[in-house]
Amino acid sequence: MLLITCPICGPRPEIEFRNMGEAHIARPTPEGTTDDDMAAFLYLRSNPKGLIAERWRHVHGCARFFNAVRHTVTDKFVTVYEVGAPKPDLAALAADLAAREAGR
Amino acid sequence: MPAGPLESAALSGVRPLRFSFASLLRNAFSAHTGWPEQWRSPEPKAAYDVIIVGAGGHGLATAYYLAAEHGITNVAVIERGWLGGGNTGRNTTIIRSNYLWEESEALYDHALDLWQDLSQVLNYNVMYSPRGVMMLAHTVHDVQVARRHVHANRLAGIQNEWLSPEEAKAFCPPLNISKDIRYPVMGAALQRKGGVARHDAVAWGYARAASALGVDIIQNCEVTAIRRGPDGAVTGIETTKGPIGAKKIGVVAAGHTSVVMGMAGVRMPLESYPLQALVSEPLKPVFPCVVMSNTIHAYISQSDKGDLVIGAGTDQYVSYSQTGGLHITTHTLDAICELFPMFRRVRMLRNWGGIVDVTPDRSPILAKTPVPGLFVNCGWGTGGFKATPGSGHVFAHTIARDAPHPKNAPFTLERFRDGRLIDEAAAAAVAH
Repeated sequence: MLLITCPICGPRPEIEFRNMGEAHIARPTPEGTTDDDMAAFLYLRSNPKGLIAERWRHVHGCARFFNAVRHTVTDKFVTVYEVGAPKPDLAALAADLAAREAGR
Repeated sequence: MPAGPLESAALSGVRPLRFSFASLLRNAFSAHTGWPEQWRSPEPKAAYDVIIVGAGGHGLATAYYLAAEHGITNVAVIERGWLGGGNTGRNTTIIRSNYLWEESEALYDHALDLWQDLSQVLNYNVMYSPRGVMMLAHTVHDVQVARRHVHANRLAGIQNEWLSPEEAKAFCPPLNISKDIRYPVMGAALQRKGGVARHDAVAWGYARAASALGVDIIQNCEVTAIRRGPDGAVTGIETTKGPIGAKKIGVVAAGHTSVVMGMAGVRMPLESYPLQALVSEPLKPVFPCVVMSNTIHAYISQSDKGDLVIGAGTDQYVSYSQTGGLHITTHTLDAICELFPMFRRVRMLRNWGGIVDVTPDRSPILAKTPVPGLFVNCGWGTGGFKATPGSGHVFAHTIARDAPHPKNAPFTLERFRDGRLIDEAAAAAVAH
């Protein structure tokens, strides 16, 4: 079971949280939106083997939404940040992570 | 009897590998030291007509039907790890076809038909055992959904029947039908033709039969890139064993489909989750059928070796970890111990996770892609094993003819754009 750090409540066990899928997926504006744009918004996800920015909700605690970056192979959380904050640079975070692994 | 594909292969000079009473007897007298390898392990050629990416059950079945039914034998199956080492070796071996929508009923029942004589066709005992799959209902809503399934199946000519709790207990005596438990049994849907097969044998049987027909199975060879020509069509792949040319490529990479398709610049409507399972210590035969419950994420059967094979749920987040959280299996064991109190003191030997590729409508994608020459077979989610023969059969047709078989025609990528979803979320074994 993962230990997840809620930005409001601090570290709590995974079963208190609900994963809400990939973060930063913006609904397309009505003007000039094609069926392909809507399909991409609704159904296409990045599903990376590596770092993913995703939404979480502390359902059995403060009930607040927050965002996090997690590695999908190790399931380790890299960073936790507020909803509305810009998407972190995942490539830079991955490079940083790799450098730290190499230095160990 | 007309010569089957394997007899024809023997006649055409590819090394015959036939199991028979005589060959078993002959090898018994030499302490079984005389058996040749079951499939060839050649080095990759410079180019093939078709490359299949992924040597799981579906990929190997596709290669076999390409060779056996469409005469395309210049085929390579490329596998990153070892044959059947991914989801094929990790699943819980259950076979059934009682899906809700007509499109899925046709596809899964096609597979169920092929399971019936698969051992004879492949000349390899896949140990298909139609011992019955019983799906339990625990709430009024469950009962309504299950009965709707039974009626839908009956109208489609698929065997499925409704049982009262007492009838369910008669079919599976270990079942606890007390009204006082946390998940009381209010009835069950039973598909008698459903059952189990030996998952490793399915992969090995298809590999052996495909290899005998001339298909090259190349293991420990990871695909690192998909090459495309100036017109956008595929021309081959880059691998850890060097470049290999191909006119057509079929991606059958299950949990890793998004990763492989990303190499061709195709984004997929897929998310990959760990699906967990576990087995107990071996017991004497005590459990006669397959029992599953969507509501409490449990499915259980007893293998011919004696261990209880138990399927648990998926983890809640996208992951390629191939492990998963232990609380998921614990939840399943809670339910199993209540439904089958006699298993309370059984020890569990090991648990594991396979990575399943889940589509938004929980139905697979078996189709051409926007890239010419690139085909994809994915999105089987938590229930791909049961479809292995049917999936390979129609996907081989799609690749060989450059057009879908009628049974997989609805399972396109475009259905997500066009809104023609095949919504099987309620029919999948695991609520996800």
